[in-house]
Amino acid sequence: MNCRSEVLEVSVEGRQVEEALLAVLHTVLLHRSTGKFHYKKEGTYSIGTVGTQDVDCDFIDFTYVRVSSDELDRALRKVVGEFQDALRSSGGDGLGQMSLEFYQKKKSRWPFSDECIPWEVWTVKVHVVALATEQERQICREKVGEKLCEKIINIVEVMNRHEYLPKMPTQSEVDNVFDTGLRDVQPYLYKISFQITDALGTSVTTTMRRLIKDTLAL
Amino acid sequence: METDLNSQDRKDLDKFIKFFALKTVQVIVQARLGEKICTRSSSSPTGSDWFNLAIKDIPEVTHEAKKALAGQLPAVGRSMCVEISLKTSEGDSMELEIWCLEMNEKCDKEIKVSYTVYNRLSLLLKSLLAITRVTPAYRLSRKQGHEYVILYRIYFGEVQLNGLGEGFQTVRVGTVGTPVGTITLSCAYRINLAFMSTRQFERTPPIMGIIIDHFVDRPYPSSSPMHPCNYRTTGEDTGVTYPSVEDSQEVCTTSFSTSPPSQCVFTVTKAHFQTPTPVVTDTLRVPMAGLAFSHQLSSSRLSYQPAALGVGSADLAYPVVFAAGLNATHPHQLMVPGKEGGVPLAPSQPAHGAQADQERLATCSPSDGARCAATPSSSEDTETVSNSSEGRASPHDVLETIFVRKVGAFVNKPINQVTLTSLDIPFAMFAPKNLELEDADPMVNPPDSPETGSPLQGSLHSEGSSRGSSGNTHDDFVMIDFKPAFSKDDILPMDLGTFYREFQNPPQLSSLSIDIGAQSMAEDLDSLPEKLAVHEKNVREFDAFVETLQ
Repeated sequence: MNCRSEVLEVSVEGRQVEEALLAVLHTVLLHRSTGKFHYKKEGTYSIGTVGTQDVDCDFIDFTYVRVSSDELDRALRKVVGEFQDALRSSGGDGLGQMSLEFYQKKKSRWPFSDECIPWEVWTVKVHVVALATEQERQICREKVGEKLCEKIINIVEVMNRHEYLPKMPTQSEVDNVFDTGLRDVQPYLYKISFQITDALGTSVTTTMRRLIKDTLAL
Repeated sequence: METDLNSQDRKDLDKFIKFFALKTVQVIVQARLGEKICTRSSSSPTGSDWFNLAIKDIPEVTHEAKKALAGQLPAVGRSMCVEISLKTSEGDSMELEIWCLEMNEKCDKEIKVSYTVYNRLSLLLKSLLAITRVTPAYRLSRKQGHEYVILYRIYFGEVQLNGLGEGFQTVRVGTVGTPVGTITLSCAYRINLAFMSTRQFERTPPIMGIIIDHFVDRPYPSSSPMHPCNYRTTGEDTGVTYPSVEDSQEVCTTSFSTSPPSQCVFTVTKAHFQTPTPVVTDTLRVPMAGLAFSHQLSSSRLSYQPAALGVGSADLAYPVVFAAGLNATHPHQLMVPGKEGGVPLAPSQPAHGAQADQERLATCSPSDGARCAATPSSSEDTETVSNSSEGRASPHDVLETIFVRKVGAFVNKPINQVTLTSLDIPFAMFAPKNLELEDADPMVNPPDSPETGSPLQGSLHSEGSSRGSSGNTHDDFVMIDFKPAFSKDDILPMDLGTFYREFQNPPQLSSLSIDIGAQSMAEDLDSLPEKLAVHEKNVREFDAFVETLQ
């Protein structure tokens, strides 16, 4: 089974990074979350209800919908905040990317640890631009809003292809497929990672690693 | 085909499609209400949330949707459409989007109805939630209000896209295959809105054209009236805007003193008050809708309370001047600029009947600069500084009585030019006889008690000239000085009014006067060579100085 990979690119101003990323991540997770499963006897289960809420962006003329789960929102905001800080402190060209990966756990026998098999990866490439005047910022607000509208349409298009989704698990397997740690919703197992890239597209960490290896090789 | 589907599955499928259609309408209409939508997640299933999504059901919308469906389900050739349009307050309307729930013939027989179809319908609803915030009509609907409203209409049958204008775009929300066909949800929307802000929409005529015959081509016109996407109770004003009341006028404290103790006391009370209406005023305008003053008999200092100084705007603040009846040589001037917005009526002291008879309100004469609309009116018992517009019923409920001396304090015109032309002014018998004499003019030669005028008086006079709207103008007027409460300054013997008068006409600068100028010119010319010699001596110093500057 191949992992589905989708890449989205956004060019935003520094202060728009957080909202743009949250809009994309929340839209993806809206589609990849269900209500909490309640297993009953005989292998049946019922599903809880997912609420939604509109979020207006402060720095972008845009509104997105997210699941009504403060825990999930906090988790996303935390990682997006870290990404934003890393972008700022990198001091480079302001290029970075964040990956939202949905995976399944596959239990392995001892001594091997469980495998994480991704089945869908969403990558958002962020390019930070610096703007000089207020007028440019105002135009950027609207433009980024329009771009995000296009991204949402792209995401929805992918979602509705109805391609591979993990099978609904039994009660014993549910933690291999879903993140059951949240109180009110149940997204598929996911992890978020990011990296700051320099202009060449290579990540800073790989460059450093290469340098160290080279020096050690001498 | 349909026989492959067992009856239970068929029933379930029909139910799913029906409720999916109803929920679709709810999501679309709620997204155009103009408000942010928020529903709560619930970990325990309530059993009433279709598709495991918390989507509220607005009863009217459900009713309309059911009425449109009329017991049918979307099928091939029979689509359920939700039309979103915009209607301005002037009655122009324009279609913005059409959301279509269609069914085509492409069947997916392998699919499991109760599980896969249900979950995919749930996913499609989530997609719909996301997409409804992304089309241009969303931002318009968030700004709806007085200028325009967003309407929805549900109809069933063929999709009508004519009203969307040219170049409309479509976005497909998603599809779900079922054993009886493939459900497709899509939206066709106008793209010309992209540049239109709310403001632009009101000012510019709709480029797309006003759809006059909105329902002409509708298959079921009678069954699909437009409904507003607004369920808020609009308790807002219906468009009548009241100009804001500018509270810019300070209340000048007004108190005055009768310098000669022989001055009689008089009381002026306002007989009528105008009902408060907020009006826009300039900063110089002062309402003087009602005044009530009281003097104390034989007191060297009077204090009064301006009463009911709210209400209606006076075009100008006019000093109200009351001539003491007995002694016209010591008129009093009362400046009462008031504050808009209703200064509470202060109780006025009861008028002394005897004195009241002697009160009079003298009105100003149309001297240059001293324009006022004066309407002296008096009741038998009380003098009333009445609103001149009472009879006129003008929006400016103005106490347009300026009682200024026939030559106003700040008027440059010599007194002599102003004559007591007519003797048919009220209370003419009380008119000061010696007004022609400048010497006797208490304004020019202030009596022992300092006179004060309002600092606004000058400007008020000039304003007054533009507002001579009243009919009752009189040639003669008497100015009564008064002493503002807080302007008396022991440090400075001069009060504000006197100061203003003195410095209104400052003497010419000596350097500008010709004679002196001529003299100094000659002297300057003579002294030039000497000066040049001195400068030449100090050339080196100058050079050093210049170098330090560089």
